[in-house]
Amino acid sequence: MPDLLLELFSEEIPARMQAKAADDLRRMVTDKLVAEGLVYEGAKAFATPRRLALTVHGIPARQPDLKTERRGPKVGAPDAAVQGFLKATGLKSLEEAKIQRDPKGDFYIGLIEKPGRDAIDVLAEILPVIIRTFPWPKSMRWGARSGKPGSLSWVRPLHAITATFGLETEEPDIVKFEVDGIETGQTTYGHRFLAPAAINVRRFEDYEAKLLAGKVVLDPERRKDAILTDAKQLAFAQGFELVEDQNLLDEVAGLVEWPVVLMGSFEPEFLATPGEVIRATIRNNQKCFVVSDPKTGKLANKFILVANIEATDGGKTIIAGNERVIRARLSDAKFFYETDLKTKLEGRLPKFEQIVFHEKLGTQATRIKRIERLAAEIAPLVGADVAKATRAAHLAKADLLTEVVGEFPEVQGLMGKYYALAQGEDASVAAACEEHYKPQGPADRVPTDPVSVAVALADKIDTLVGFWAIDEKPTGSKDPYALRRAALGVIRIVLEQSDRISLTPIFQAAIALHIMRGSDATFEDIVRVVRNPTPNPTFLRKSGSIAADNLVSLIGDLLAFFADRLKVQLREQGARHDLVDAVFALGGQDDLLMIVRRVEALGKFLDSDDGKNLLAGTKRASNILSIEEKKDKRTFDGAPDAALYSLAEEKALAKAIGEVKAEASAAVAKEDFAAAMSAMAKLRPPVDAFFDKVRVNDDDPKVRENRLKLLNEIRSATRAVADFSKIQD
Amino acid sequence: MDASLPAHMRPERSFQGFILALQRFWAEQGCVILQPYDMEMGAGTFHPATTLRALGPKPWNAAYVQPSRRPKDGRYGENPNRMQHYYQFQVIMKPSPPNLQELYLKSLAAIGIDSAVHDIRFVEDDWESPTLGAWGLGWECWCDGMEVSQFTYFQQVAGFECAPVAGELTYGLERLAMYVQGVDRVYDLNFNGREGDAKVTYGDVFLQAEREYSKHNFEVADTAMLFEQFKMAETACRKYLDAGWKDGKREAHLMALPAYDQCIKASHVFNLLDARGVISVTERQSYILRVRELAKACGEAWIHTEAGGAA
Repeated sequence: MPDLLLELFSEEIPARMQAKAADDLRRMVTDKLVAEGLVYEGAKAFATPRRLALTVHGIPARQPDLKTERRGPKVGAPDAAVQGFLKATGLKSLEEAKIQRDPKGDFYIGLIEKPGRDAIDVLAEILPVIIRTFPWPKSMRWGARSGKPGSLSWVRPLHAITATFGLETEEPDIVKFEVDGIETGQTTYGHRFLAPAAINVRRFEDYEAKLLAGKVVLDPERRKDAILTDAKQLAFAQGFELVEDQNLLDEVAGLVEWPVVLMGSFEPEFLATPGEVIRATIRNNQKCFVVSDPKTGKLANKFILVANIEATDGGKTIIAGNERVIRARLSDAKFFYETDLKTKLEGRLPKFEQIVFHEKLGTQATRIKRIERLAAEIAPLVGADVAKATRAAHLAKADLLTEVVGEFPEVQGLMGKYYALAQGEDASVAAACEEHYKPQGPADRVPTDPVSVAVALADKIDTLVGFWAIDEKPTGSKDPYALRRAALGVIRIVLEQSDRISLTPIFQAAIALHIMRGSDATFEDIVRVVRNPTPNPTFLRKSGSIAADNLVSLIGDLLAFFADRLKVQLREQGARHDLVDAVFALGGQDDLLMIVRRVEALGKFLDSDDGKNLLAGTKRASNILSIEEKKDKRTFDGAPDAALYSLAEEKALAKAIGEVKAEASAAVAKEDFAAAMSAMAKLRPPVDAFFDKVRVNDDDPKVRENRLKLLNEIRSATRAVADFSKIQD
Repeated sequence: MDASLPAHMRPERSFQGFILALQRFWAEQGCVILQPYDMEMGAGTFHPATTLRALGPKPWNAAYVQPSRRPKDGRYGENPNRMQHYYQFQVIMKPSPPNLQELYLKSLAAIGIDSAVHDIRFVEDDWESPTLGAWGLGWECWCDGMEVSQFTYFQQVAGFECAPVAGELTYGLERLAMYVQGVDRVYDLNFNGREGDAKVTYGDVFLQAEREYSKHNFEVADTAMLFEQFKMAETACRKYLDAGWKDGKREAHLMALPAYDQCIKASHVFNLLDARGVISVTERQSYILRVRELAKACGEAWIHTEAGGAA
């Protein structure tokens, strides 16, 4: 079966857009082919800076013929209906129609045959539409045609379209179409500088080979492999190690058609600047790799660049040029770094009074004050020194205003640490300047130093509470303030540190700090009211940012958000999310570590036979109860009457419930969830025996009521560990 | 490169020779070679030959040097390549010719940059000028890792769609010349291509000015006067625009250029105020917006003039 070759040859396509564009091209063309009944065997798309290319092989030469039946009017229907039917089906007369017998009356059936078209004609129809509607993130118009409406938009000016279709053994045909004055053909061009001449191509195989001869490596993966291999070798040959960087590799591979890897160097004096700053300078500004000394792990005074040409002087000029630029950039960076060192971090803080964090949440300066106070509240809970935590929170954001961070935002935090150390801060305080941002994502590590933990939690919880208070919660895919990440960060820090923290009091403190901004009351006064809301204290009403009447629901809502995040987190670790629900449903659960321990114990218990059966028994009890409750329109709360027990199984169950409840509650109080589950296990035999031998709906209404109350007791006994009704089978 | 040139005129020897080579190259491509606009501005794009001529249907090909004033970039002559005054070489071609990239590469060859030994790259760079209400797509052009030019296909200027689209090239002249001459400090550039006593450097011409203007821009510029000047320029711009509508009807405009001068003025005064640090972050946005409103109004007037393509 024939193959399609399509190439869209343009001016330089931004590196970051290439991979998605290749993928979009493949998807759009193949989807259309399938929709047109042309089921292909395989497709692959490629991108270089100057071209998008697609090969689809094994396309049928023709569409299959389509036969459809169309139901017409009843036999004997008025002439207008018959004429309409003939027109719609293209039949000449009713003689050509079939008649279908039907109990409701006989109908005419028209058989429409739509002969399949040649695939090349279908392609000529669909390809221009795809080109015109191609989803570039940003596209542009150009040239004389852009003076008229409806001119083509492309990522950068499009110059040529190669489109051929045919069998391997034959000379392929050109898929003839035209887009905004560009007619398809089979001419492309090699490397801009090394082989600019026109190349005549037939099909994908010779296309790829001729491009290679024309110094163009079509496949981005091959370019990446070549760059990585050469870069590693070049570094290794000189006794260094390449500092690998996947994002940079992806980008660089999108900037060259013919990668040539070269190594340059810079003055060793620059190595006095922090390695991260050197790397950021060389990487962001120059798109070059850095190398390290394998013995020390520290950066070496070398860099690796990827050129797009084989220069006639072997690359000497290119290396020298890049060295000049990198030298200038590094001396800027060094200058920034040294300038930064001249100002103490706290000296930068007044500027934060001019910087708005969020219109409704005040300036960065007020935010820093809140974090300081909140970190002081949290410090004792995580074993951190209060003074150090306060100091760290005071300084942690200051590096945002330094020259280096202004230039390279990705080293925020890290620079704070360097500057804090340079001005003689305590090591924990300095570390917190960097670590309080962590974890930045699921792969990032969490802080471990208690001072960092206190500031990290304070920073994140202040953000969460603040945005919750002004009702800027994440919705669907929108989470502009990264609140999900912040909550997940809190969860991971608490769990990985095994910290015992009740979130509610911290949320309350954070809320109080937000309220303080619009109030003249003291923190202590506000916190007292937040913790025991009395109706409408005046200073709550004065507060600008917080909807004071919703304090309780705000905390509940935020805890539910944490529960959701925790579910996601546990699910990723393979735990059952319904167990999280079963534990949260108990209410008052705001100690993440205890929740997780309970979920773990519950999970283990439910994996055992005792657990499974007890769950089944409890569910059975619940089902019976809900049916009977509905029937009687009442609940069966309250203690059963021991005098009404007539069967041994009833008595045994009642006794077991009493014992298990006491034992499980005691174990839960000691936070020994495994013991609580073992206690629960003792409930299983009497529950099973009860359902075996006892008829709940006894004829005596009093006995029935008593037995239903007993069932209710099973349900309430299990609530010592979890709400079993939330557990899925 | 023209081998017949005397040594002191060669682009790799002399800054002025370098500029002349570029002018000659673009003159040969059919551009009118203009002289700098006689007003202070932050970039060659502000020149009416670019901003206004980019609008409307009429073809337009021009090239010129434009002194660019960036008060905040002054470093008292102490930074090797940052200055509050430098030269841009600007090319505008409307509609953008299909071979504009090739022309650009040839222009590099004309100033001594040989693509057989230099690594020339087009790296994505979307251009946007909030003050001009303009944007376009294109690249930073890199030579051996150094950004040497800006290449933009204008999509919108002064809030109006460009139809047809103009291609704009901006060369950072000092930076390119430093590379070609092989000097690391801009003030060491050989300006006139002569040697010995006859040699004049870039420093000889501009170093004193950099020191003086840095002091002026950062320390002394009269902010009360500047605030007043901003208001005056803004008011004058509006006044000229209003007065320019022929017969008071919004069909033809007779004074777009003088009005636009006031917009340029306002923009530069704002830059000076910004350098003096007397404009807060929030105010900054509102000043930019005010200049943009002027630019948009001028653009609207321009498309109602003869050169702007009004019938």
